[in-house]
Amino acid sequence: MGKRTILYDTHVAMGAKMVDFAGFDMPLHYGSQLEEHHQVRQHAGIFDVSHMVVVDVLGTGARDYLRHLLANDIDKMAHRGSALYSCMLNEQGGVIDDLIVYFIEPQHYRIVLNAGSAQKDLAWMESHVEHFALGLHRRDDLAIIAAQGPQTQALLTNLHDPFITDTIHTIGRFECAYSDNLFIARTGYTGEDGFEIIVPNSEAVALWQRLCAAGFKPCGLGARDTLRLEAGYNLYGQDMDETTSPLCSNLAWTVAFQPEDRLFIGKSALLAEKQQGLNQKMVGLVLLDKGVLRSHQRVLLADGKEGITTSGSFSPTLGQSIALARIPKGDYDHCDVIIRDKPYKAQIVKPPFIPFNSSKKH
Amino acid sequence: MSTLPQELLYTTTHEWVRIENDIATVGVTEHAQSLLGDLVFVDLPAVKKALEVGDDAAVVESVKAAADVYSPVNGEVIEANTALSDKPELINQDPYGAGWLFKLKMVGELPLSLLSAEDYQTMLDEEQ
Repeated sequence: MGKRTILYDTHVAMGAKMVDFAGFDMPLHYGSQLEEHHQVRQHAGIFDVSHMVVVDVLGTGARDYLRHLLANDIDKMAHRGSALYSCMLNEQGGVIDDLIVYFIEPQHYRIVLNAGSAQKDLAWMESHVEHFALGLHRRDDLAIIAAQGPQTQALLTNLHDPFITDTIHTIGRFECAYSDNLFIARTGYTGEDGFEIIVPNSEAVALWQRLCAAGFKPCGLGARDTLRLEAGYNLYGQDMDETTSPLCSNLAWTVAFQPEDRLFIGKSALLAEKQQGLNQKMVGLVLLDKGVLRSHQRVLLADGKEGITTSGSFSPTLGQSIALARIPKGDYDHCDVIIRDKPYKAQIVKPPFIPFNSSKKH
Repeated sequence: MSTLPQELLYTTTHEWVRIENDIATVGVTEHAQSLLGDLVFVDLPAVKKALEVGDDAAVVESVKAAADVYSPVNGEVIEANTALSDKPELINQDPYGAGWLFKLKMVGELPLSLLSAEDYQTMLDEEQ
């Protein structure tokens, strides 16, 4: 039996098909993964992502510590209540994890880590605390519910909670706000507008049920994966890991080389990599033939060079299969992907496969 | 748990087969489609292809995973369910009916490895 989030019994009661994910028994879907995907693109859905790990970084040294630890510069967050996506790198410039850091107070930052890498992340983070005045506080007392989709704002208003209503109409993308018991951030992993709500375990089930009553449909990790892939978001452990740098993972935009005097872990390795010239890049593939792309499939290019898919699935929105792939640097517009020993034609595109918040743009 | 169609034979790899004279119709079971989830692609065998018991005959792919479908009998493919190429979800909706995969003209005896509905049900119960 795996670990359980506080919402486990609620998922089972709602008919979820539970599967192992990073050691947790998590809902894959509640009936149909495809319907849940469309629900989030067209209306709104909620996901239990309480398996992810919240860590509060508290102390006068928090800022300096995070500017040393993270490849992105937390000083880009101009004011309290901001959020920032970043990689945490090893000395070789490989990605230990990707995360979101929230600026709550000058001596209080909050980090949300991937469930599958949280253990090693925390060990790494602890090992670099020494010269900084701060404490790391893992918050296993908190649950996380992601409410995502174009109807999210309207449905959250239906809860008639003054703090929630005020917050969701005030904060912008990559901003956050908190009260005594709720932390709300306008972030997500679906390519749709939405909010991630951090709530004490003791109140999570009641909040989940209020969200369902307000019109949100529960959605599983299956839909979360196809939504993030369409949005062109990497999945840690699949699209990048400790052996790949952010520069060949479509994440160069998250690495802050400036200011020059900020020496974050992995910086010298990335600078050396840039100097040598990058030889790989991450691209999107859209399968032109019928079939389904999966991870670890060979990608053949016209000049005989090869790449490999890192994530692949069926895109419910496009009705075609899509993938992320790492290929040699060069000007390519088409490739063959080898599926069960046969070549299938695919077009090479720049992710995302569908634009952010797409339903609002039509 | 729905009851299995009693007139069909089953395999340990979750195919079903309907025998009518020397024609075998093959599909995947309710249990298999439920494990796979929403199906989005089916790769069917070419007509006239000769298959032996246990050969890779077709591939069914859901959003989540790809699964090989093995031929439950010896024979030659005489028809594939082309309706599935536009509507693979027929396998989810009606695995024993409109979701059939292909038909074979059988050669030789029925393999002894095929399971009755009762034996297949017993196997499923033990898997749980």
